[in-house]
Amino acid sequence: MNKRVASARDAIAGIESGMTLMLGGFGLCGIPEKCINALADSDITDLTCISNNAGVDDFGLGLLLQSRQIRKMIASYVGENAEFERQMLSGDLEVDLIPQGSLAERCRAGGAGIPAFFTPAGYGTEVGEGKEVREFNGKPHILETALTADFAIVKAWKGDTDGNLIYKGTARNFNPVMATAGRITIAEVEELVESGELDPNHIHTPGVFVQRIFQGDQYEKRIEQRTTRPHAR
Amino acid sequence: MLDKTGIARRISRELRDGWYVNLGIGIPTLVANFVPEGVDVTFQSENGILGMGPFPYEGEEDADLINAGKQTITALPGAAIFDSATSFAMIRGQHIQLTVLGAMEVSDTGDIANWKIPGKLVKGMGGAMDLVASAENIIVAMMHTNRAGESKLLPECSLPLTGVNCVKKIVTNMAMLEVTSDRGFRLLERAPGVTVREIQDATLGRLIVEGDVPEMQLD
Repeated sequence: MNKRVASARDAIAGIESGMTLMLGGFGLCGIPEKCINALADSDITDLTCISNNAGVDDFGLGLLLQSRQIRKMIASYVGENAEFERQMLSGDLEVDLIPQGSLAERCRAGGAGIPAFFTPAGYGTEVGEGKEVREFNGKPHILETALTADFAIVKAWKGDTDGNLIYKGTARNFNPVMATAGRITIAEVEELVESGELDPNHIHTPGVFVQRIFQGDQYEKRIEQRTTRPHAR
Repeated sequence: MLDKTGIARRISRELRDGWYVNLGIGIPTLVANFVPEGVDVTFQSENGILGMGPFPYEGEEDADLINAGKQTITALPGAAIFDSATSFAMIRGQHIQLTVLGAMEVSDTGDIANWKIPGKLVKGMGGAMDLVASAENIIVAMMHTNRAGESKLLPECSLPLTGVNCVKKIVTNMAMLEVTSDRGFRLLERAPGVTVREIQDATLGRLIVEGDVPEMQLD
């Protein structure tokens, strides 16, 4: 089944104002930068974005914040973005902070047909307020519900025209779970090959979860915290 | 009195051969620099790697290989990469033997607050709530008092909680303490040059001092 589309712009066709999007990535690592750029060039607004982080001021989801296209952000950590801070404090941006493991599992559950699950994370904290509590094995747990999205947008290293995906390094992060939880899932890849060219044993995300795929050119892959050690003498 | 490196050195002596360990941002990260000889531990970073190695040499940074602090890292031979749901399955499923993290406050029943200060910008809890809710063994690395000189070891946390009844051990610049199930902090060791009296004065939560409290060994 050929799922190839020509460009990021074609890939985001059908995304409308007010929709909920999931976007893969951890910090700036493994974010779907081509689709984010295409969204920034569009006049789509009022988006709810589910993503572990919110980018930095001039890259990643920060671009959509600058242009005020995001109404609500669902994330676990948003600390690297001054524009985010300004909009959150002024009340222009609604923010729902979720423990990182619960965020991942809520996406996984959404894609796996599990409507809710109990987790110990957040019990006794404000995250647990108003949520059903049950004790299992002598330990209290809170009920968390699944997350799904109108569109999930993920970034992979390699993909084929059937939508099979392979990720590289820690750029994998939230991408595989989010890929399963979109009504429509868009994959952007650094290298798109023909059907049959990837080893089935190496596929991380089976193509069944992906509806559209395209190859992006010249990934910027910005590094947030460049840390090195000196060369040994 | 210990500096941050000293705290990390003392915690590194708690590592045991064969453990999988998650280190938080800040002082906990330094623990990786002092793994004792003959002790083989594997470091996990919750963004999705087991077998995290040291920072790369300059010029060898890979944008696709970072830790949960978003720093460029390397992967050691035998490393494994996985997605975020699998990563937290390891954490919640108690496949990771030790979590070391920082804190703003710890209560004498093991509650921890380390993610939010009311009135200040909230950045989010990241993976901290999942880590503290599930870890078998949590060591907190922090200064004994805050910048205003107030104790961070309290009868009850005043800041919004990250988790309840979860901290097992605390290493500060002044002492190593254990959290008992019902009697408060038990003083295990004094930092070099620090007296029991000074630790008592800097600890607001219940503190158990039994017998002669030894001075820490760092090597």
